[in-house]
Amino acid sequence: MVPELGHFALILALLLAIVQAVFPLAGSLSGNRPWMVMARPLAFGQLTMLGIAFAALVQAFVTSDFSVLYVTQHSNTVLPDIYKVSAVWGGHEGSLLLWVLFMAGWGAAVAVFSRNLPLAVLARVISVQGMIAIGFLLFMLTTSNPFERMFPVPQEGRDLNPLLQDPGLAIHPPMLYMGYVGFSVAFAFAVAALIGGRLDAAWARWSRPWTTLSWVFLTIGIMLGSWWAYYELGWGGWWFWDPVENASLMPWLVGTALIHSLAVTEKRAAFKSWTVLLAICAFSLSLLGTFLVRSGVLTSVHAFATDPSRGLFILLFLCVVVGGSLALYAWRAPEVSDGGRFHFVSRETSLLANNLLFVAFTVLVLFGTLAPLIYEAFGWGKISVGFPWFNKMFLALAPFLALVLGLGPALRWKRDQPMRLVRGLWWALALSILVLALSYLPAFSGGHVWVPVGLALAAWLTLAHIAVVRERLRNKGGLTKRGPALLADLRGGGRSFYGMVVAHLGVAVLVVGITLVSNLQQEEDVRMSPGDSHEIAGYRFEFLGVDPVPGPNYMAQRGHFKVYRGERQIDELYPEKRAYLGGGMPMTEAAIDPGLFRDIYVSLGEPVGDQGDWALRLYYKPFVRWIWLGAILMALGGVLAVSDRRYRIARAPARQPVRQPVQGPATDVTAAA
Amino acid sequence: MNARQKRMLLAGAGVIGVGVAAMLALSALQSNIAYFFSPSQVQAGEHPTDAVFRVGGLVVADTLKRQADGLTVRFDVTDNAETVPVSYTGILPDLFGEGQGVVAKGRIGADGVFHADEVLAKHDASYMPPEVADTLKTAHADGIVEDTAEGLKAAGQTVTR
Amino acid sequence: MQPFKSVRHLAPLIVFAALAALLVWGLGQDPRELPSPLIGKPVPVFTLPTLEDPSRMMSDADLRGKVSLVNVWASWCSSCRAEHQALMALSALRDFQIVGLNWKDKADDARRVLAMTGNPYDLNGYDPDNRVGIHWGVYGAPETFVVDRQGIIRLKHIGPIDRGVWQDKLEPLVAELRADG
Repeated sequence: MVPELGHFALILALLLAIVQAVFPLAGSLSGNRPWMVMARPLAFGQLTMLGIAFAALVQAFVTSDFSVLYVTQHSNTVLPDIYKVSAVWGGHEGSLLLWVLFMAGWGAAVAVFSRNLPLAVLARVISVQGMIAIGFLLFMLTTSNPFERMFPVPQEGRDLNPLLQDPGLAIHPPMLYMGYVGFSVAFAFAVAALIGGRLDAAWARWSRPWTTLSWVFLTIGIMLGSWWAYYELGWGGWWFWDPVENASLMPWLVGTALIHSLAVTEKRAAFKSWTVLLAICAFSLSLLGTFLVRSGVLTSVHAFATDPSRGLFILLFLCVVVGGSLALYAWRAPEVSDGGRFHFVSRETSLLANNLLFVAFTVLVLFGTLAPLIYEAFGWGKISVGFPWFNKMFLALAPFLALVLGLGPALRWKRDQPMRLVRGLWWALALSILVLALSYLPAFSGGHVWVPVGLALAAWLTLAHIAVVRERLRNKGGLTKRGPALLADLRGGGRSFYGMVVAHLGVAVLVVGITLVSNLQQEEDVRMSPGDSHEIAGYRFEFLGVDPVPGPNYMAQRGHFKVYRGERQIDELYPEKRAYLGGGMPMTEAAIDPGLFRDIYVSLGEPVGDQGDWALRLYYKPFVRWIWLGAILMALGGVLAVSDRRYRIARAPARQPVRQPVQGPATDVTAAA
Repeated sequence: MNARQKRMLLAGAGVIGVGVAAMLALSALQSNIAYFFSPSQVQAGEHPTDAVFRVGGLVVADTLKRQADGLTVRFDVTDNAETVPVSYTGILPDLFGEGQGVVAKGRIGADGVFHADEVLAKHDASYMPPEVADTLKTAHADGIVEDTAEGLKAAGQTVTR
Repeated sequence: MQPFKSVRHLAPLIVFAALAALLVWGLGQDPRELPSPLIGKPVPVFTLPTLEDPSRMMSDADLRGKVSLVNVWASWCSSCRAEHQALMALSALRDFQIVGLNWKDKADDARRVLAMTGNPYDLNGYDPDNRVGIHWGVYGAPETFVVDRQGIIRLKHIGPIDRGVWQDKLEPLVAELRADG
């Protein structure tokens, strides 16, 4: 009964979505207020229906109801309870349900937290979201119904893909989806603004916190994916330029450009049509990612089980949403004025450079991802693009990005004096050059040219931001009372500024991590017999052997290592190779001794011979954690920025900003996080 | 120079810049792509001799041999028509197995052995790389398979997808 | 509206159209949808021992006179296990025969699987060394062929059969073939 209830709730959600797509929008165009007022309750109704559907599916999983086909395919009775829940989004159908649930969640959040949004704008935003929901719900109900029954009812399910039986991957997709779907809010605001024909600073301000928040989720989602790949795939890599990874990176890159472009549009009313285009692109790339992952068009390590009919549907949907919004853009955007003019030396220019670099990199990633398809379409042969190409493209752009990133925050809007900049930043530049020279010494860099470059850029980023914070505090309260001034600033309107600083420092941390681990890591594939020792990077690995160990739903071969630094034992490591009872593939569980400055990493390859010898992977990974730490700092910066008081002021549609904070939880946008 | 000329100049510089960047990216791409060849194509000599390429097919049963150092493995890859011997030093992916579809990336040596520096097997037991599926299919469509039925019987490989 | 400006704003749409065209093309490239050269041809001539009783033989003659699903399977193939449930459900319908081609398998393993999970097959040819499979163009398990009463191969499905595949692809054809008399 419960699965039918879920199915029914999905159908109701579709009906609601149709009403939601039509009436509020029609009301906003014809000035029919009662129709516009429907927007809010419809958004809540949508969330309720999808919440019921999702709860029904969770219930089917938790009770192991194998009459539901999707449950049979992705769960079984010996699966630990926690993974029974995460198995809900372990396959195509369930993850799609999570997608639409989150979208309804964002829609309801907009309805709650945009109390003072003009009713017409809210109505349009909710309507646009309704249109997207129609597409996804139709898709689910016609090709991917998670509640489909199966007779006869099997005794046992097939088990969740062992790759997904991991805490990191259990929460990675929800985070990613929150980010993808969050961009639908920015998209809806952009389309609503295009429909209304009013692309002003107010629009940018409304859409900014939502965009930043989605970006935070996407950042965390990508970070979790990278971290998971690192410890779970057993080859110690943290980024593979796999099509699926690229699919999540592209919306992130455009989203990052969008956040910065929105700042210009809000503060200076410039870049208006460009910002709208970015908002459309960010969500379009999210949809494209969904298409690439689920259609089987591209070969990938972790593509979903694919089905061309699904692919066709998503592609049609993609054409309607993206084609429709771009056509709307081509029609409406020419009427938008270009807005505030600016001088060459200005913050606008630095943000323009930021945007161009991010967009250029997105185009390159998109091209590299689709190149195999392009080559095949033109009959040039079947190719794969190696990750060295992506790395090269990244290295060609990233240094410029880092240079601009240090300059941008120090620049003033509209027009700045080059000499003022030099006075403020000369010491940062000098120190960075010192770092460059020092780290060029072979003792530090090991002869790798990119080590000094990366470290100097990170130093430049850090120091330039310290300079900017110093200047701000000097203006606020004098350097003598730096601490109190900082606190007061944080309580006042400074959070978006400090959010930016934290996020940018995250970039510096990320740069250090990427630079050092890429250039200085050591890895060896070795054959060892029990009792053997092997040394890399000053760490001695003693191999004690491999024993069988049972797990809840798998049998593991567990290796035992002692790791020594000099004579001192620093850790014991137990890498595993698991065979799941549900069948399928064996899984490698790497054992890691983590550290802020280095990871020691062991994974089991395979047994060799019959004397208990194993082929093993041993790694020394300096500063690898800084990559994820950097991403976390970026996300924290985003959260800090969203919590800025300015966004809590649910603002009336006045052209002149009214500085009148309306405090209180009901209007607190951060609560949506 | 008036504003219009200035704008044209900027636009021109932009177009040239984008063009140069695109050319650089494309030339870098040319040296970083690996073409795919089936064992039949390799045996027919269609593969490059001086560049990295990929070869894919099924691992022929009972051909997986480990060399004395314990880390180098040798195996044959087939498209049900021809086979190519492959050598790889390192740890094979979890899903690697006889009868499974694999794609190896590397160069062919003077000895006719494909020296792989990367071996890919997919992360889903019921999934076959499309190139491999395509290759096998082509071998059937061309009727090559019929002629080599006896050879295959000897190999007796198993396939899962 | 100046025309130059609107061309600039049309550019994203044009780029997207090119991208969409590429994706449409890519979608048509699914290797599973390529037609098999055997469609519309009579089943290859063969004789095989049956799995259940090696002394009994079966042949292509067993595929004439009835609508048949010929299912290529093996005990080592995980997708076949997934498909097994669907086949069991289909065998209950009983209005066509399900013929197994036990392919590149060990007879003992195969019999054990059938004993444990039930036997949906009316007949099972035992083809351990791909002698017959090769003529059917089998390149992996599971694969399923729909054969009409005249012994003509009408459809080949690569990959496991599930409810969706059955309803959308196989059932309409099977019903039509049965109705054809």
